[in-house]
Amino acid sequence: MLKILKYSFFDLIRSRWSLIYFLFYFISSISLLYLVGDLSKAMISMMNIIIILSPLIGTLFGIMYYYNSREFIELLLAQPVRRTAIFAGQYFGLSISLSLSFLLGAGIPFVIYGLFRSAEIWNFGVLLISGVFLTFIFTGFSFMIAVRNENRIKGFGIAILVWLFLAVIYDGLFLLSLIIFQDYPIEKLALVLTVFNPIDLSRILVILKMDISALLGYTGAVFNKFFGTQAGMLLSLFMLTIWTVFPALGFLYFARKKDF
Amino acid sequence: MITIHGLKKAFNSNEVLKGIELEITAGKITAILGPNGSGKTTLIKSILGMVIPDEGDILIRQKNIKNQWNYRNEISYLPQIARFPENLRVTELISMIKDLRAESTDESHLIEIFGLEEYLEKKLRNLSGGTRQKVNVVLAFMYDSPLIIMDEPTAGLDPVALLHLKALIISEQAKGKTLLFTTHIMGLVEELADEIIFLLEGKIYFKGELEEMKSKYDPASLEKSIAMILEKEDYA
Repeated sequence: MLKILKYSFFDLIRSRWSLIYFLFYFISSISLLYLVGDLSKAMISMMNIIIILSPLIGTLFGIMYYYNSREFIELLLAQPVRRTAIFAGQYFGLSISLSLSFLLGAGIPFVIYGLFRSAEIWNFGVLLISGVFLTFIFTGFSFMIAVRNENRIKGFGIAILVWLFLAVIYDGLFLLSLIIFQDYPIEKLALVLTVFNPIDLSRILVILKMDISALLGYTGAVFNKFFGTQAGMLLSLFMLTIWTVFPALGFLYFARKKDF
Repeated sequence: MITIHGLKKAFNSNEVLKGIELEITAGKITAILGPNGSGKTTLIKSILGMVIPDEGDILIRQKNIKNQWNYRNEISYLPQIARFPENLRVTELISMIKDLRAESTDESHLIEIFGLEEYLEKKLRNLSGGTRQKVNVVLAFMYDSPLIIMDEPTAGLDPVALLHLKALIISEQAKGKTLLFTTHIMGLVEELADEIIFLLEGKIYFKGELEEMKSKYDPASLEKSIAMILEKEDYA
């Protein structure tokens, strides 16, 4: 697996798109820092970009990379290599290279700005961790969708829909259900609903860590009330891990049974 | 070398292989023929473990290949389409495949034969289709595997490269290797193949030597023999 990982990683890290992705984060983070002029405020703006963009890029790159490397996968399948090793290698190759573009792009400007001399360093660390989680989760999702759909247009469409649903529609439905059921005690329902959306989870994780109650929102507040900051963070980290493992294993499961 | 029992494979409702019984003799060049959609590629891919059969067994050197991957150490495969990771250089691709198979290789003379020296440092996305196919040939032939499987090996090759490929196939057979290929080019079959397997609608219609097939159907040429079979079966 490590060999496949190594090669797909090097293939990706040299591609134009990794550079563009890196530059995007680099430029947004630099401009935010110098426009806002305050580390923690810039971080909150970055968070809003990261929790939408990392999943989107994970989804798009995942689906494109999988479909583009189909013939290459066929070449590898004819080699004496275990099937799961090939697919796990590709998955980690892409997730790691995307994460690296993101970490460097978002991280370097903050370091230059004096992150290490501020008290925000751990908060920023949590922000980066949740971005990496989201990259892995949505790469896994898109790989799983791609391996299940021969039809590229269909695969692309489904992957985008999953992203759109989790990033945008879910929140709308969530809010709607809160309004409809406002006469009932719905804290638990809200908690459960949050746990089922990795994007919401990472938002809460970052906000809990930054300790900005004004930004917690309803679910964040419920989360905080229920678990407290510490346990709330641990729980969301734990759930994010499950969210990472589940699509990746699903992808490997389908890939093992697939005909090429 | 390869023994196949009752091999069946369907893609959804489309039955591609309907119970293949087959024995491929070691040390011979076998050609798999058949019209489009007759199951040639599916058969080859089942042997390679890329397609997972619904029923039946495939044995390579008396060992069942189900859920195995080590047996592929003994196989070289030349696929139909040559597409690779775009940002790798040719040398990197070759060393990657070498890295995956811990075997000794001899690719330098192949690179020389196919005139690939000038392309070695180029990225794969900048190569033409034919040049990629040549890279593919190098990857398939650089190993000393006892079994070589080729799916439409001539696709995209220029006449000079084609001559080299034929010579290569003959010299590999002389080393005692077993070669298996699919093609639509009958001239290639007549030139190279010892044995012919003719697939029709997922079944083996004919298996035997080239001469046998010609004498059975049309002694004039292989092309006509095949046309005769297809017409007789009302298949066109």
